[in-house]
Amino acid sequence: MTAFLTIIIVLFVGVAIWQMVKIFDLSQSSPISDTSGVATDHDNNVNGYLMIGFLIFIYVITIICFVQFGDLPLMSNSASEHGQGIDNLMIVTMIVIFITQTITQFLLYYFAFKYRGEKGKKALFYADNNTLEAIWTLIPVVVLSGLIIYGLFTWTAIMNVSEDDDPMIIELYAQQFNWTARYSGEDNVLGLANVRLIDIDNANILGVDESDPNANDDVVVKELHLPVGRPILFKMRSQDVLHSAYMPHFRAQMNCVPGMITQFGFTPTVTTKEMRENPDMIDKVQRINGIRRDKSKELTAEGKEALDPYEFNYLLLCNKICGRSHYNMQMNIIVETQEEYDAWMKEQTTFKKSMTKNEEADAEVVDPSEIEMPSESDVVAQ
Amino acid sequence: MSTHAVDTHAHDDDHGHHHKETFITKYIFSQDHKMIAKQYLITGTLMGVIGVMMSLMMRIQLAWPEEPNVLFEALLGKWAPDGVMDADIYLALVTIHGTIMVFFVLTAGLSGTFSNLLIPLQIGARDMASGFLNMVSFWIFFVSCIIMCSSLFLEAGPAAAGWTIYPPLSALPMAQPGSGLGMTLWLVSMALFIAQSLIGSLNYIVTVINLRTKGMSMTRLPLTIWAFFITAVIGVISFPVLLSAALLLIMDRSFGTSFFLSDIFIQGEVLHYQGGSPVLFEHLFWFLGHPEVYIVILPAMGIVSEVLASSSRKPVFGYRAMIASILAIAFLSTIVWGHHMFISGMNPFLGSVFTFTTLLIAIPSGVKAFNWITTIWKGNLQMNPAMLFSIGFVSTFITGGLTGIILGDSALDINVHDTYFVIAHFHLVMGISALYGMFAGIYHWYPKMFGRMMNKNLGYIHFWVTAICAYGVFFPMHFIGMAGLPRRYYTNTNFPLFDDLANVNVVITVFALIGGAFQLVYMYNFFVSIFYGKVAPQNPWRSTTLEWTTPVKHVHGNWPGAIPHVYRWPYDYSKPGHDVDYVMQNVPLMEGEEELQH
Repeated sequence: MTAFLTIIIVLFVGVAIWQMVKIFDLSQSSPISDTSGVATDHDNNVNGYLMIGFLIFIYVITIICFVQFGDLPLMSNSASEHGQGIDNLMIVTMIVIFITQTITQFLLYYFAFKYRGEKGKKALFYADNNTLEAIWTLIPVVVLSGLIIYGLFTWTAIMNVSEDDDPMIIELYAQQFNWTARYSGEDNVLGLANVRLIDIDNANILGVDESDPNANDDVVVKELHLPVGRPILFKMRSQDVLHSAYMPHFRAQMNCVPGMITQFGFTPTVTTKEMRENPDMIDKVQRINGIRRDKSKELTAEGKEALDPYEFNYLLLCNKICGRSHYNMQMNIIVETQEEYDAWMKEQTTFKKSMTKNEEADAEVVDPSEIEMPSESDVVAQ
Repeated sequence: MSTHAVDTHAHDDDHGHHHKETFITKYIFSQDHKMIAKQYLITGTLMGVIGVMMSLMMRIQLAWPEEPNVLFEALLGKWAPDGVMDADIYLALVTIHGTIMVFFVLTAGLSGTFSNLLIPLQIGARDMASGFLNMVSFWIFFVSCIIMCSSLFLEAGPAAAGWTIYPPLSALPMAQPGSGLGMTLWLVSMALFIAQSLIGSLNYIVTVINLRTKGMSMTRLPLTIWAFFITAVIGVISFPVLLSAALLLIMDRSFGTSFFLSDIFIQGEVLHYQGGSPVLFEHLFWFLGHPEVYIVILPAMGIVSEVLASSSRKPVFGYRAMIASILAIAFLSTIVWGHHMFISGMNPFLGSVFTFTTLLIAIPSGVKAFNWITTIWKGNLQMNPAMLFSIGFVSTFITGGLTGIILGDSALDINVHDTYFVIAHFHLVMGISALYGMFAGIYHWYPKMFGRMMNKNLGYIHFWVTAICAYGVFFPMHFIGMAGLPRRYYTNTNFPLFDDLANVNVVITVFALIGGAFQLVYMYNFFVSIFYGKVAPQNPWRSTTLEWTTPVKHVHGNWPGAIPHVYRWPYDYSKPGHDVDYVMQNVPLMEGEEELQH
């Protein structure tokens, strides 16, 4: 049926084009055949008015986009300390762009309309004006200098992570096609790691060096929990191809490069719970759930499974093409209070423990008393 | 007063162009620059059809993800089981669409066509400096097209690592099916492409420097020639770097070296690579990659400057400033590549440097935009299709260029890098703009290329629908980008967060499909006019440049008699003291007439 419809549409388009051409050919029986391809006064007039029409179209599409889609961007409600700085810079830049766009497009299309050709009219011979050119060189110079300086201050503030803030070190580990996080534990130092040490059978999926004492208290998890208000410094690694750790709500992004450790630091300022209660976010979630409900109705009518309702969560997604499932490489981020975070952390198994557990399991000697070795906490304490 | 008298100089060498031409030497292995230009144009057009079809398939997939579609079933075959597009082939489409459009259409199709056609004609030369190398460069290009297209028919599919082919994804066959033979063919095809580009560029540079006719000083060159000349220089500087990157990548892929690879664990095994860095590849790639966008846009700028002046019946405003800004853009283009790599893991201080140099480009670009607007001010605008596309060019160049201020700012780039915001930006500023420049050039010089006129009314329909659809497609795209939607996602359905963007994607796709369908109007106009168009007059647009002094019917050597001499700059439109509103370059100055100190 769809094939039939497609053929019909293709035929229809073909016939339409053929007919349009016929009409134009008939309307073009002008006596001077030579210049029939050159615009006449009538063409100039029609296209001149269309220019104004197009200017209005550009303005209308701009307004529609801002009204209809203006609430889609994450321009407000950044959830990190530096995010506010980026958003402010974005707004200032946007205003500059918006003004320039509105004025220059107006001049372009208005002139195109106003000075549309007419037989017998002569254009102004106006080849040069140094003053004018100096003006429109200097104005961008001044405006851009401002933007450059503002931008550089913002950039430097974001990228230079100060040791004085005592940031919490967390590793983000990327692989096709999932994320893993490794907390540095109480010593706040990540154990050494290299992909050559990966031992899948023993669940050492990150290639952490078991002989490095710093690694003992490391915690490997599949869901990222961050305490609110605490500076975090992410160390990124990748085991196979380039990935990019993109956390749009925190205005944070950094590539994960095999053979190299990259870093990005930020301080989360809004807990997941608070963000869910943010009026903007409530609106957004409601809108999304409306869409999902409609979609679910369609799906159930087709006998498929309905979609789950959406609940807001911060996300870490992959933003560098990395292969087949690039479009589904994500990890939830939960920002919570220090107490909630501590409670969560307590439930996690340290690297050392998980290794011992595995060794035990391998030896098929499961002795709970041995797994909870007291000596381990000593190692952590130092 | 005869201002048109074509100046002839009997003492000029009239080289014997009466040798025999067979079908093969005239139409296939032709050494005539006009024929080679047409060959480039038609090959580029056919590649463009493939590239646009791919983008439409991607748009359909994004608007109606994972829904069966007969188009997919028909065109993708086993890659669309039951008409549902496969995720691997989506990435292959992304890659090949980008490669074809950037290199094969907007570099070879645009620069190859118009540099070949216009350089000898506008500077007053019989042909390119080396007709043989010119022929060789086209046929290398043709072979490279064939190899790129043949990779589409591989069992495992064509290259799928994005047009930027970042290793390790592109280097490791086990990382994805497209990184096998498909990537090898991609690299071979691009190596050939670079070779043809270098041969072509050297030819253009030598021709412009050596073969200008008497009186054609550098400051009497039309802006088209300036643009093609500088484009060729940028190409010669930057393309070899991509060639070296491609060769090193081939070594890594096939001979076990570790230029770009280190510490890799994939599919359960550790690979031997040690000590290389993918970031090095990014540097090498973007050292070409960024100048490449100026290789694409500068010829379009040259064409637009020429068409705006000719169709406004006014001299181009600020001729010397236009040349200076081309030079400034060319210089800056080679020191801004790092703005593609702000978050690649390179030193943040480098990010600051590249932000600074990148935003500087806005200054010469702004000068150009304002000068174009002033060129049409108080003109007598002849709304030919070429003029409409030129005005459209200025419009999309401004719209797309302004968002570059956001992307070039490292702090802002953090959050919009690799999102749809980037797609919207570069499609407007270099994709659509360069295409408009190409269309403007085709509509304007079609009479010169084929000796016939294109149908102007079809041209009007083509422009207005394309213009509306271009904004309809790419303007909303900025917003889904700012909402955090990453590019190169096969579908967004795995993120409920993006569910409210689905409707925007449908709107964009509808515009894209309409815009794509109306390119058929252009294709029809183009191919039918070759055979059935009205025979063109010698100078249909009443332009001043030398190509319009050649006969409509092509002759080998361009001018049947002597080569005309040049006495004035190319923009004497509506000059006071003349009867007609244009004075051709080969018309001597009248007594007492001053050549403008522009």
